[in-house]
Amino acid sequence: MKILNLIRLALLALQRNKLRAVLTMLGIIIGVAAVITIGAIGAGSTTSVHNSLSSMGSNLIMVMPNSNAPGGARLQGANVETLTEKDLVALKKETTYINAISPSSQSKGQAINGSLNWPTTIEGVNQDYLAIKNLSLKDGKMFSDRDVHTFGKVCLLGQTVVDNIFPKGVDPIGKIIRFKKIPFQVIGILNKKGQNTFGQDQDDIILAPYTTVQKRVIASIFFGSFNASAKSENLSQAAADEMEKILRKTHRLRPSEENDFTVRTQAELIQTLSSITTLLTALLTAIAAISLVIGGIGIMNIMYVSVTERTKEIGLRMAIGARGRDILSQFLTEAILISVTGGLIGILIGETLAFVIAHALKWEPIIDKASIMEAFGFCTLIGVFFGYYPALKASRLDPIEALRYE
Amino acid sequence: MKKILELHDITREFQMGSEIVRALKGVSFDVFAGEFVTIMGSSGSGKTTLLNTLGCLDKPSSGTYLLDGVSVRERSRDELAKLRNEKIGFVFQAYNLLPRTSALENVELPLFYNPTVTAAERRERAAAALQAVKLGDRINHMPNEMSGGQQQRVAIARALVNEPVMILADEATGNLDTRTSYEIMALMQDLNQNQGKTIVFVTHEPDIAAFSSRTITLRDGRVVKDQVNQQVRSAKEMLAALPQTEDYHV
Repeated sequence: MKILNLIRLALLALQRNKLRAVLTMLGIIIGVAAVITIGAIGAGSTTSVHNSLSSMGSNLIMVMPNSNAPGGARLQGANVETLTEKDLVALKKETTYINAISPSSQSKGQAINGSLNWPTTIEGVNQDYLAIKNLSLKDGKMFSDRDVHTFGKVCLLGQTVVDNIFPKGVDPIGKIIRFKKIPFQVIGILNKKGQNTFGQDQDDIILAPYTTVQKRVIASIFFGSFNASAKSENLSQAAADEMEKILRKTHRLRPSEENDFTVRTQAELIQTLSSITTLLTALLTAIAAISLVIGGIGIMNIMYVSVTERTKEIGLRMAIGARGRDILSQFLTEAILISVTGGLIGILIGETLAFVIAHALKWEPIIDKASIMEAFGFCTLIGVFFGYYPALKASRLDPIEALRYE
Repeated sequence: MKKILELHDITREFQMGSEIVRALKGVSFDVFAGEFVTIMGSSGSGKTTLLNTLGCLDKPSSGTYLLDGVSVRERSRDELAKLRNEKIGFVFQAYNLLPRTSALENVELPLFYNPTVTAAERRERAAAALQAVKLGDRINHMPNEMSGGQQQRVAIARALVNEPVMILADEATGNLDTRTSYEIMALMQDLNQNQGKTIVFVTHEPDIAAFSSRTITLRDGRVVKDQVNQQVRSAKEMLAALPQTEDYHV
């Protein structure tokens, strides 16, 4: 029988019981809408995590000191002293995959300006640090290479520090503040960056030349960490491997010895966090998919009822010339029409919900064409799968008995 | 005259548990084009089995049955469906119209199973068939908006629409009152006499048999009487002679 005729016959049959058709569709509608919405939320949250981590520098590579002592008390990373100027020089000279590298030496303390004070952290870095961490200046300038070499007592302030130790309306540029009793001249202010993914205030910071911090504040020749930026996000793993090799060499570690430092890439962190959201999304989608299957079982149930209820109609159709396969195709078409129509409505509702949610959470709304096609295909499959047995049952009825059925 | 039906020594046996029930025990007769035959018989006479056989819904256990020259016994299930579609127009006691489906769509139904008919042709032929049973003004009515007689006329239109060689009616007036059944018989007679349709009408009412040109009587699975009616009664005249009733107004 022609496809067009089949669809017409199936539509006529469905029209005779509109409410039932719609109720049967409901299962599919809810299932598909749930799959699409959850998929979109998952994709949106993954993107959002990725974006917020990328804002910290997606090419970022961090090197932290690490104790490799086989026994005894293991110290916290920051207290282990293994990273030195020699490492910095070697890394600068020998790496090929990184653009820039900056050491970092941190110290907590009180920043004081006149009568105002604020507990904050001073971070000793070099002039490449801004580029590595995706930071930018709101006002003033970054310190120079010369400041680094001459232990210049200059600093840049984060917005939180400015807000707390400078009264409103006062321009901090050129002013002298004190940190741990050491005077620093403010030469720049950093643009506001907000909280990072872990809720830490990234603006509560003072940046100063690392030499100054090392010599005058913490009196140590060791670095707390290195921050480097790879030439691209894809190269960050290669760069990390290369840095590991160089550091093992400068630290004269024998092959049997473990690293006395740790190299981490931001890409790795992004991947870990993304994989968590991806896993959650997959889990929720699976639950939504179960509801889709239940919707399919609903179709099967209704089709069985329908076949029984319409036994006399099937008998009549056979008497006037329908072959078994015509009956089979008709009932199958009815099931597919229900599931596909339900699927289309579900896609519409799902996409609308996804759009509304994305808007409310200020994400980029993600309309994934592949998932729409998948949902559509899946619905057709459900229609065929769950419609087949009832349709087969209908097609195998004996016309004589079917006609006499009351 | 062309032979539409040729039955020769038809038997039909059913297995009922361990017993074999012989419903037809060697039935033979021919029906020619343009005949109006009634098949009579009490219940248990094998009437229904014969009807199913004539309608290609069932195959005989032995014997030959030729429908319009085609031997039915060797046909597959699908081929029988095709034969029913092309050569037979069924009219049932309970009308068997699809509910919530307009008269036109009900009449169109057999043409859906005929792949040679286009959608436009389908509509046209269905409308013409409804016109032929004088329901041209009710093509969009649903079955529940029509009287029993009108519903049966829709069913007759459905039987006519594919231009079958034979109309096979099964107690077609069984659910109708006297006046309406006379109306249906008048329509049948008109189709038979003026349009040359071959009609096989299965009934147990002798009253109805009087309208046909020939009556075949079955008893216990055999033909016991096969006679041509010398005096065919006109349903139209009978209808005119009926007193006006106040049962309903058309």
